[in-house]
Amino acid sequence: MPAPTAPPETAGAAVPAGRAPARPRPAARRRAAALFLLLPALVALGVFFVLPLLDIVMRSFTDPEPGAGNYLSLFTDGYTLRVLGRTLLVALIVTVAGVLLAYPYAYMMTLASPTTRAVMVTVVLVPFWTSMLARNFAWMVLMQDGGVVQGLLSLVGLNGVRLLGTTTGVAVSMIQVLLPFMVLPMYSVMQQIDRRLLLAGQSLGASRLSSFRKVYLPLSLPGIVSGASLVFVLALGFYVTPALLGSPQGALIAQVIAVRTRELLDFGGAGALGVFILVVTLISLGVSRRLAGSGAASGAAHVMAGGGGR
Amino acid sequence: MNARPWLKIVSVLIGLFLTVPTLVVIPMSFSASKTFRFPPEGWSLEWYERLFTAPEWSTSIVNSLQVGLLTTLLATTLGTAAALGLQRLGPRARGLATGLLLSPIIIPHILIALVIFSAFLRLGLSGTLSGIALAHTAMALPFVVIAVTARLQGMDPALQKAGGSLGANPFSVFRKITLPLALPGVLSGAVLAFISSFDEVVIALFLQSPSALTLPVQMFNSVTVQIDPTISAASSLMVVLVSVPILLAQVIGARRGKAGRQR
Repeated sequence: MPAPTAPPETAGAAVPAGRAPARPRPAARRRAAALFLLLPALVALGVFFVLPLLDIVMRSFTDPEPGAGNYLSLFTDGYTLRVLGRTLLVALIVTVAGVLLAYPYAYMMTLASPTTRAVMVTVVLVPFWTSMLARNFAWMVLMQDGGVVQGLLSLVGLNGVRLLGTTTGVAVSMIQVLLPFMVLPMYSVMQQIDRRLLLAGQSLGASRLSSFRKVYLPLSLPGIVSGASLVFVLALGFYVTPALLGSPQGALIAQVIAVRTRELLDFGGAGALGVFILVVTLISLGVSRRLAGSGAASGAAHVMAGGGGR
Repeated sequence: MNARPWLKIVSVLIGLFLTVPTLVVIPMSFSASKTFRFPPEGWSLEWYERLFTAPEWSTSIVNSLQVGLLTTLLATTLGTAAALGLQRLGPRARGLATGLLLSPIIIPHILIALVIFSAFLRLGLSGTLSGIALAHTAMALPFVVIAVTARLQGMDPALQKAGGSLGANPFSVFRKITLPLALPGVLSGAVLAFISSFDEVVIALFLQSPSALTLPVQMFNSVTVQIDPTISAASSLMVVLVSVPILLAQVIGARRGKAGRQR
């Protein structure tokens, strides 16, 4: 298990400055060193990310003409409104299905023996780091007309179900592609739940089911919330899957942004759509932080980073 | 292990759902046919041959390697320095700086692509490999910062102080103590940075030009623009190249875990 070596945020370099040994390093010098070390990364992020982002936000209000026209047209022109609605619906379905699939899996991870658990972590991490394109291409092969999925469906009597080019097909493969993002935060929360609480509940007369529902479920809620918000946010702005498996008629926001940016060079209109996604993203993450704290997300980040290289 | 049988069955099914669909790319890549028919009717190595000999594919591989290595170099250097800097900040400033450094992870890629495309058009960096590498560096920074920070947090700060009190200057404390101890984190950050760049599609797609096509973009175009089964060979190669190191890391990790809790 590539467990993080220390719980995030507790250990650290938080050595009280006043209690330094032999040669106390002045706080000012320490701060200067910190700034010097951080500066290159912050400048890079500023130049290649923050400033361009502010620029696009500006342009969404000024291009082609000053005002909130780009935003008004999001909600007034029927096409964009349908795209927004479809995207929110797909993101919601992917999130709910993701929770239903990831929860039992993450729960099983906490019960499994160390070896089985290592296997289960690998099963989640390998797709997480495997080429997004390879995984979507695989779905394309499986879902094509006359392909494996259609064959399986016709075995159970569903003939001629089309998946490639439909929103259903996009949703199914997005569920699979995004599932690791759901499992990891859930697992990192469940790992810390003391299972004796369940036994305590049962010894006090609760049934297995109700002690699970009243004790375990509430304790695992932060994991659900942070996994769900992460997947919801990723699904909202997902481009590769809908572009490869969907159709222009069933476009999601990301496809519309791509067309407006690359083909129409309409940075104002694309910017307004982008800002819309950004606002929904920040709201979802804010809500998730409120409800779940940041522990689950950073725990998941450690599992991801730890499993990749060490 | 007191799991109910149904839970085990459900978990196995979900595990299969996560892994099996992707594996179809491997038999596909040995297909003899020019379509994406599965299962293939005949076998050949044609697509592997094309992947390495056809100029559009071999160039895109070289481009991706260049972009990946440049990104790794930049992101690892900047990210490691930033992680060391974060350790020296007070809790409040650290929270703020960490949030900023990690923000590219949570912002939807499509928005980053839009934003960078518009900025790079003005800067003249659009359609260049170095432009793609710079954008990927911003995207890869969080992975390095996370990996190095995790390593530094497990480290005893007294070691650095001891070095200093024994008369080493800050630079040699860094070179002889901090860096060797942080090295595993730096290396895993570097690997993650490389993978994240090598696999990145959306930004590379926006910044592409005929002279700046990366492998994922070439793959994307080979199913959207024309039908080129070489993508199945490229996909298989990427699946194997990514899976093997992770599997190895997990196996080694599991062994070490079994061998005892000492590190």
